[in-house]
Amino acid sequence: MSAETVSGTPAAGPAKGAKASPVDWLGSLRRWELALVLLFGATLVFGASQSGAFITTTTLFYAGLNMGQIAIMALPLTLIVITGEIDLSVAAMLGLSCTVFGYAFAHGIDIYLAALIALSVGVVGGSLNGFLVTRLGLPSIAVTIGTLTMFRGIAEVIIGQQEATGFPTSLTAIGVTPIPGTKIAWTFGIFLALAIIYGGVLHMTPIGRSLYAIGLNRDTAFFSGIRVNRIKFTLYVLSGFVCAFVGILYALQNDASRYDAGLGLELNVVAVVLFGGVSIFGGRGTIMGVVVSVLVVGAFTDALTLINVSAEAQNVVFGVLLLVSVLVPNGADGYNRLRRRLRRGRSGAPPGSPAPVAAVAEGPAA
Amino acid sequence: MTTPMQSLGRAAPAARGHQIAETLSRFRGAAIAAVILVVFGVTSIKNSSFAGSGSIQEILTGSSLFILLAVGETVVIVTRNVDLSVGSTLGLSAFEIGELYVHHPHMSVFVALLVGLGIGAACGAVIGFITTVFRVPSLVVTLAALYIIRGYVNIIGSGVQIEPTSVPHSFVSIGYSSILGIPWLFVIVAGVALIAAYGMRNFRAGRELYAIGSNPDAAQLAGIPVARRVFGAFVISGALAGLAGALFLAEYATVDATGGTGYELIVIASVVIGGVAIFGGSGNVIGALLGAILLQIINQSLVAVSVSPFWDQAIAGALLLTAIAFDRLLGFRASRALRAKEGAAYVG
Repeated sequence: MSAETVSGTPAAGPAKGAKASPVDWLGSLRRWELALVLLFGATLVFGASQSGAFITTTTLFYAGLNMGQIAIMALPLTLIVITGEIDLSVAAMLGLSCTVFGYAFAHGIDIYLAALIALSVGVVGGSLNGFLVTRLGLPSIAVTIGTLTMFRGIAEVIIGQQEATGFPTSLTAIGVTPIPGTKIAWTFGIFLALAIIYGGVLHMTPIGRSLYAIGLNRDTAFFSGIRVNRIKFTLYVLSGFVCAFVGILYALQNDASRYDAGLGLELNVVAVVLFGGVSIFGGRGTIMGVVVSVLVVGAFTDALTLINVSAEAQNVVFGVLLLVSVLVPNGADGYNRLRRRLRRGRSGAPPGSPAPVAAVAEGPAA
Repeated sequence: MTTPMQSLGRAAPAARGHQIAETLSRFRGAAIAAVILVVFGVTSIKNSSFAGSGSIQEILTGSSLFILLAVGETVVIVTRNVDLSVGSTLGLSAFEIGELYVHHPHMSVFVALLVGLGIGAACGAVIGFITTVFRVPSLVVTLAALYIIRGYVNIIGSGVQIEPTSVPHSFVSIGYSSILGIPWLFVIVAGVALIAAYGMRNFRAGRELYAIGSNPDAAQLAGIPVARRVFGAFVISGALAGLAGALFLAEYATVDATGGTGYELIVIASVVIGGVAIFGGSGNVIGALLGAILLQIINQSLVAVSVSPFWDQAIAGALLLTAIAFDRLLGFRASRALRAKEGAAYVG
């Protein structure tokens, strides 16, 4: 049961336009993505007005370079969040894979074999998450906080405070030069290509659609013949694999492999996904929304950097955007409730007024 | 028809299994305490200097801030919410108190602690207001708050470092002096934890937090002021994070804009290790306190037995996974035993 359906129920008179109906959901979804697109446009205008250096190909390249890794990890996470689960171990898996890759390479293993080992680590780590969540039925938020700590810890054990470097320049070039013939950074190009695949699978295949069914009502999905556990398990493996891949990209892009690669990025990735309009309760969200969210955040970051707002101070803007993304869909409801409560407070609470249920947000990824 | 003897015979082993499960889960605290003692004992055997009062003091001091945050986090998680903003709130409070000391060097310790509590409570109130009035998931709201508060601290404090010289001696002494061999820091946080434990166990409002976490809809229909209680939980969590900020400054005597970064997930880990269910409704403050101490003692004992401290995080993560898997096992057993018992009751 999601908060949307619950909080929508009491107010769902015909006069209100039945906010809880699925058709309107679609409408509000489209509105949120439209809002994001408009925001993206506004950011471009704002950036261009602030600095002549904003709309240039160099800026485009660096913006893509900065956002690429977060963006790629956001894709599998989007699918996981749509099924109503969460994966907080993404950045730690990046760090672990980056470490394994660098460590293997530094010990004379062929670089492609090293990459293969790192990717296998991703699959194993993802399977561990998937096993604990689907077979043992443990809450994914607690599981992935555990594996987050563990993956990062193992990376630290492997390489300590050292740094592996000296990758072949032909490969580290992805951190310096764009894709030939374009001005797009390699990581960002990979993100766009993957986004098309993810979007196709999520929105156009039965498997993809079944993710929504799982997120909206796990039991109904199960009784409709959807293999809930197998799908969730596969998604965690996919997430581990993709994050391991990003770890390799990180090592090459920076020509450095350290255990603290991507430290703390998990919350950024979650924020990008949620900002893209994906509901933390599952069952709602689109790849398109996440792509636009990546664009907005990337453009914003860049514009603010150009006018010398420090990366840390930019967090304020980021946080406000995230807050807005959940307040806008719920804003009108909340305002009405507040007014009602204030009125009731003045005139004494009328007994038996139908108090809407579920004032509690239903926990993390309930 | 079954005779009473038969039904008794069938019910007895199941009921005993249930009792075992219940007893085990009730004494989760005792289990963690035992693990703490084992770790302490083994480390002391390997390194005799570890058994001294110095390292005990170090463990208690080192875990104090996390205990305080864990107490607040427990209050929130029990209601089936989560507070990711505690690390940022701690940073804000520590930095603001430091700034105040720079401008008013003679501010009393008491006022400083109150300021910390106040800043934290204000943050918690805003978060609680947004969460309950707009009914948005607390995970998202507090994630946003994490960024906003941290960003704000960076704006007011970019490049600024509160120097130990600006923090008066009377305040810093909270951080290192002790009473009867117990560090003041720990005395304060243990006091807070005991009050919170008593309140959650015995006060009506405290019990209502559990009801909300077990089933929010049922709690609402039972007449519990759900929104007010959840709001209160966030204010408490914020206030304790603010107090932790004050103690952070007392302990380290210096702070910059990054103080407390990344604490939130460590705090949630200790709470969950301490037996608080992540989806609310069960667990207590004392468990969370022991969870925080356990993480700290592992950290320190690795150093004492000269195992690389790099193992610290790997062990902490494995511990967390073991703890929740263990919970799950107990849950299976308890529910199976309960079903068997009920079945027997119908037959009888």
